[in-house]
Amino acid sequence: MMPFQPPALIAVDWWALGAVIALSAGMMLLLLLEFLPSRPGSSRGAIVALLTLAAAALSVFRVRDAKRSLFEGMFVHDGFTVFFTLLFCAVAAVAVLQSWDYVKRTRINHGEYYALLLSATLGMILMAASSDLITIFLGLELMSLALYVLVGFRRARLDSSEAALKYFLLGAFASGFLLYGIALLYGATGTTNLGRMAVFLADSPLLGNPMLVMGGLLLLVGFGFKVAAVPFHMWTPDAYQGAPTTVTGFMSAGAKAAGFAALLRVVIVALGGLQDEWRPLLSWIAILTMTVGNVTALLQTNMKRMLAYSSIAHAGYLLVAVAAGGLDGGSAALFYLAVYSVMNLGAFGVLALLGREQEERVLLSDLAGLGVRHPALAAAMTLFMLSLGGIPPTAGFMGKVYVFSVAVKAGLVPLVIVGVLNSVVAIFYYLRVTVAMYMEEPQGEPVEVAWAAPAVIAAIATLALTIWWGIQAHDLLEQAQRSIFGLL
Amino acid sequence: MHDFPWLSWLVFFPLLSAALIAVLPGASGRAIRWLATAASVAELAFSLPLWWRYQPAQPGWQFAEQKPWLPGLGASYHLGADGVAVLLALLTTVLTPIVIVSAWSAVEKREREFYALLLALEAAMLGTFFSLDLLLFYVFWEAMLIPMYLLIGVWGGPRRVYAAIKFFLYTMAGSVLMLVAILWLYFHNRALTGVPTFALDAFYALPLTAAEQTWLFLAFAFAFAIKVPMFPFHTWLPDAHVEAPTAGSVILAAVLLKMGTFGYLRFAMPLFPSASAHFTPWIVGLALVGILYGALVAMVQPDLKKLVAYSSVSHLGFCMLGLYALNAQGMAGGMMTMLSHGVSTGALFLLVGVLYERRHTRMIADFGGLWKPMPVYASVFLVVMLSSIGLPGTNGFVGEFLVLLGAFRSNPLWAIIAATGVILSAVYMLWMFQRVFFGPVTHAENEKLSDLSRRERLVFAPLILLIFWMGVYPQPILDRAQPTLDRTVALCKARIQMSARMAPAEENPR
Repeated sequence: MMPFQPPALIAVDWWALGAVIALSAGMMLLLLLEFLPSRPGSSRGAIVALLTLAAAALSVFRVRDAKRSLFEGMFVHDGFTVFFTLLFCAVAAVAVLQSWDYVKRTRINHGEYYALLLSATLGMILMAASSDLITIFLGLELMSLALYVLVGFRRARLDSSEAALKYFLLGAFASGFLLYGIALLYGATGTTNLGRMAVFLADSPLLGNPMLVMGGLLLLVGFGFKVAAVPFHMWTPDAYQGAPTTVTGFMSAGAKAAGFAALLRVVIVALGGLQDEWRPLLSWIAILTMTVGNVTALLQTNMKRMLAYSSIAHAGYLLVAVAAGGLDGGSAALFYLAVYSVMNLGAFGVLALLGREQEERVLLSDLAGLGVRHPALAAAMTLFMLSLGGIPPTAGFMGKVYVFSVAVKAGLVPLVIVGVLNSVVAIFYYLRVTVAMYMEEPQGEPVEVAWAAPAVIAAIATLALTIWWGIQAHDLLEQAQRSIFGLL
Repeated sequence: MHDFPWLSWLVFFPLLSAALIAVLPGASGRAIRWLATAASVAELAFSLPLWWRYQPAQPGWQFAEQKPWLPGLGASYHLGADGVAVLLALLTTVLTPIVIVSAWSAVEKREREFYALLLALEAAMLGTFFSLDLLLFYVFWEAMLIPMYLLIGVWGGPRRVYAAIKFFLYTMAGSVLMLVAILWLYFHNRALTGVPTFALDAFYALPLTAAEQTWLFLAFAFAFAIKVPMFPFHTWLPDAHVEAPTAGSVILAAVLLKMGTFGYLRFAMPLFPSASAHFTPWIVGLALVGILYGALVAMVQPDLKKLVAYSSVSHLGFCMLGLYALNAQGMAGGMMTMLSHGVSTGALFLLVGVLYERRHTRMIADFGGLWKPMPVYASVFLVVMLSSIGLPGTNGFVGEFLVLLGAFRSNPLWAIIAATGVILSAVYMLWMFQRVFFGPVTHAENEKLSDLSRRERLVFAPLILLIFWMGVYPQPILDRAQPTLDRTVALCKARIQMSARMAPAEENPR
């Protein structure tokens, strides 16, 4: 028996772990600060959270070119990790800015809110940064548990509690599937490490082994739940609708990206050799996800539900990229995730501004006449909608072009045709938002806008990126490609 | 001045003006109107060098500029013009100021957004004509939808939302398949040559088998057929035209529909000539049906604007017939019909708009005997109507004559059928004119109608000039278009031979 060896860490490793350390410390600091008295309406939590996120991002950014594998591959620092760490920190920072005033307005300004936000971010980073199924599972649970609480954070509201309960029950179920899948994979291959799993599978392709097949399928169920792929999407509309709007934005971008990060690492690193086996399955799930998401979104009158179904559809587009597979598919997925996060956060950010005090004005009819009374806000929303619909010159168009192009390259032309036809269906409900804003008169009391400087900064930042990546996507494209090459 | 990025300036100047108008704080409606007019007139002035400095005899793209855009994908910001693009761009820049001035009194709400969108639309249209990179082309092509959609949806008639969404969905449904085809071409080219590029020139040199061409052609042709619109894809057009504000209708008819025929000429025909030839009977058949159907439906319309809208379907059928006659006369005729339809139908929509502004109705039955209160208006209407029918001496005649000539050379039967369309167009136009302008004034409201104001005369004067100039002395226009059209025909023939050489190779299993 070997004596326990503390892992030997060099300076680079500490910087690489900086994000995890900073987020853990910031989270605890936020909880401790709750013991100190604060005046009502203080922004202490938001400021601490922002500083923590900045520290986390800077620490990882400092060693962005390094490639390290720590704790036997439990934590891997590579281009992929850096890309997602920065993405998650940015998503969380935007969410903090959007929440800054929103939580005060809706009376949920407790220190736990930001602590949970950081905890979820930490879980997302672990999911992306791990090359071991056990740590991926730990990260997923860390993220999910924090999100369950955040979804139910408006305790006074029944729909918020209902959403949290639904999300929790189905999520716990999915976690069980995932864990069972991991166990079966471990049984089939003798390891939970993705790299060693790939080596094992290359030596002895165990396709006939039902344990491996079942394990893979169960893993897919678990991830499919987190990214809201059909038929594991049932929780999405309820959770999105019930959650505080800022949390909805955060989880629609962050949780989906984290789920895809883990999925990508698994399919590229561990199952890359078996591409021909899982590609048809993923293609079918992609077709179902796009179609069900878009068609159901057509029927929604609540913006949060509509965007929930739209986020399901976007999971479908992302699955097209994953199905294309390989480095091309991976970099297209990364590109699309960044674009999707920005435009979706932007759209939810606009929704979070609507309404006074605790009221929530997120019905499609609430937007009526917004184009006349708040032209700037309406113009921003229009651009986010056009981007989600994939209309140039916005980032969403570039994302779709890139995703569909790698799928065409992989020979999946029928899948691409389904995808582009879906985007025609989708444009209908995105256009309806502009119809409401510009072409309809408000019925009843017109909606108030709760202007707040941090939220405006967040809106401007997301808007600028949505336009910039639509016009000049070169940098992000290169970044996505470089990050995915880090996997190999 | 030789290196000045002339085309970029033409594309981005209206966009910058639009942005300025959109954000200018505290400007009154009057200031906005003047600013928009000044910007569009300046744009027209900037575009005139295209006419003087374009060298028709010189092959290749002129005024070209190229910069890397997405080097990772191989897409580049590549603009350039040939004779066809120059003429269509000039049509755009000539009509935009006319439309803007015509809207001065018609648009009462949210002028700032209205003029900003019109100028943004101009930028997108010019970008579409000048793009030599297929991805860039697609960006402009789709971006064009947004301002038009908003123009119809916000400033349109009672059913504007329905019409706007229908317009957007139809056009987009057509074009997404074109995007797939573009991506396929891109990877096919990359597999053959190893160079990632979306450049049109590279695709012009790309060998494609007949089977490949068929699918790609259908994807492109579908997108353009909806835009033209060819029968039976035309159903969005009457709705969009009727509901759109006058300015929107004019731009839609005069320029946006030309995007479809331009697309055939620039992309679908030369890129996939074998498939194009294979489908010629179908396309010509649909064009002929469109000519007759459009004319017959126009005849029974009670609504003036709908009548003009259906006459567009008929005229665009002539354009397609001319292009698909695939000879010098037919192509030139198609090109001339595109331009003269832009001028004449644009003017007709403006004229209908003038009436609508005064009476808030467009029903033919609500008028009658208008010659008496509005003699100037009636004379202008007469000239425009005759040019739309194709009376010799007006612009419509040149185009239609050349189309018929070209069609006759390809297949006399086509020309015979199409010629009935000319007769029908005289029937529906003259009948409409008679009911609106002749006879006694049947409605008391019409007796006090004011004639054209000075501003309105200013709007129609350049159009009347264009009608006669293009009808009497079209040679300068034809001189600019013909070499480009000849080169397109030559390119199509060369590519058909290239595919034919590939045919034996196709039979061997790979």
